[in-house]
Amino acid sequence: MNATERKPIEEIIQSLEGAETVFILGCKGCPIGCDTGGQPWVDELTGALEGAGKSVSGEALVDMICNKAVVGIKLGRAVLQLKQADAILVGSCGVGVQATGNIVARRAVPAMDTVCMGDYQGLFPSAERCAECGECMIAYTGGLCPITLCAKSLVNGTCGGTQDDGSCEVSPERPCGWQLIFERLEKLGRLEDLMRYAAAKDYRNRDITDANRRTIRWALEVSQEEEKEAEPIEK
Amino acid sequence: MSKLQERLAAGEFVVTGEIGPPKGTNIAPVLHEAEEYLKDTVVAVNVTDIQTAVMRNGSMALCHMLIDRGIEPVYQMVCRDRNRLALQSDLLSAAVLGIENVLSLTGDHVVMGDHQDAKPVYDLDSVGLLKAMTILEEGSDLGRDMKGNPNALDGAPTFFKGCCVTPCGANPEAQAIKLEKKVEAGAQFVQTQAVYDPKTFETFMKRVEHLDVPILVGIVMLKSAGMAKYMNRSVPGVQVPKNLIKLLSDAARGDREKVSTEICGNLISEMKDICQGAHLMTLGWDHCVPDIIEAAGL
Repeated sequence: MNATERKPIEEIIQSLEGAETVFILGCKGCPIGCDTGGQPWVDELTGALEGAGKSVSGEALVDMICNKAVVGIKLGRAVLQLKQADAILVGSCGVGVQATGNIVARRAVPAMDTVCMGDYQGLFPSAERCAECGECMIAYTGGLCPITLCAKSLVNGTCGGTQDDGSCEVSPERPCGWQLIFERLEKLGRLEDLMRYAAAKDYRNRDITDANRRTIRWALEVSQEEEKEAEPIEK
Repeated sequence: MSKLQERLAAGEFVVTGEIGPPKGTNIAPVLHEAEEYLKDTVVAVNVTDIQTAVMRNGSMALCHMLIDRGIEPVYQMVCRDRNRLALQSDLLSAAVLGIENVLSLTGDHVVMGDHQDAKPVYDLDSVGLLKAMTILEEGSDLGRDMKGNPNALDGAPTFFKGCCVTPCGANPEAQAIKLEKKVEAGAQFVQTQAVYDPKTFETFMKRVEHLDVPILVGIVMLKSAGMAKYMNRSVPGVQVPKNLIKLLSDAARGDREKVSTEICGNLISEMKDICQGAHLMTLGWDHCVPDIIEAAGL
């Protein structure tokens, strides 16, 4: 799940400068889970926009805005309202706002901030985090990720910032990642793994590889872009 | 070879001091302190690198100015603010400015300082930075040329490479293991985080006695009971025992400096036989350094 927070209405009005008529598109996926979206949000926003002298040409709630095929179908039914709009205000994570901008030839404006949950959590959201660094080293860290668990993403062990209660210097609510790793390795009888020198990360591995760009999966992802040519409101 | 390296190699008990660059361009007071109170009393003077993530004047410039005044600096480098290109470049720059002693540190997180919104870098960690120094000394760097071969330097630097350790922290074993790694990566001397408990320090020293590096015990001046309590609350890995806090709270305001100096002197004389030197962090009370050394019976 991507966690979102509603932007302050003043910020939204400011970002809609020059757009007199607005279409509101809300996501019924993650924003429902974090109680930031849904019909009450649409209603509240409609009132606020009209109060600021803007008109709302229409609204739609889509199950998952990140699914561009569904968005395309849903918006196909609102072509006229979309045509009237100078901008589409999107209540979703950053993926949803970009997806909307990629399928509709209108300004896509975010109504929410996507909040960091500390990197990728898996499809079933959980406490574990993966930073997608492309060089997984957790074979040597007791199966725990120092990149996401350590506030400094250190790769060679603890710094001097561990508090007596095992928390990190940055926050009493954040455990020291390397303390967790130490305790795990101790339990596993593998403290000697801490002696292994880890070279600095190769940041090229964080970019999408050329090999990845040649896969069928990537082709399927980008083929959605072609639908932009035949997007609902300009034909 | 730096004076610090020479003296340690000769088996002398070595004392180092420390100055913090100012937040601004008014460097006269800190240079005065160094010349007046540290020049003739300590072997080398550490210059902190954007200490506690509070933006201030740079370590390398002050190190250079110390050299101009006949004072040997220890250039502190933290990994928080520069990526590997900048760190290596600054190491080469330091070398051409005559800086030999370099202390590799992780660096407090940016949220501890006064630019909490800044991007923390940590491209290298303190072990990686030591390794980078070692590789530069060998005439190469961390990069690769187009064919994937190591790059060659046109002139290689020589450093006396130092690191830090927290002997009285929450997990001394984790600290000991990391120190082993730092030594393996090239560390040649160690300056510790503040120590107030000689017993705990002794246990730690026994744990790392197989490491062939001189260790300078860190002594931070306690300016008041309030400061001591603050350190217990907020500085990781530092525990000021109650009896020291009581000494400070019992002291009249005018006597605090004297009491604090005595505490430092006593700590050093208690620990001087189990380590190779002391690193004095006076936090601005540099004028106390001569008296601390005297109180320690050095």
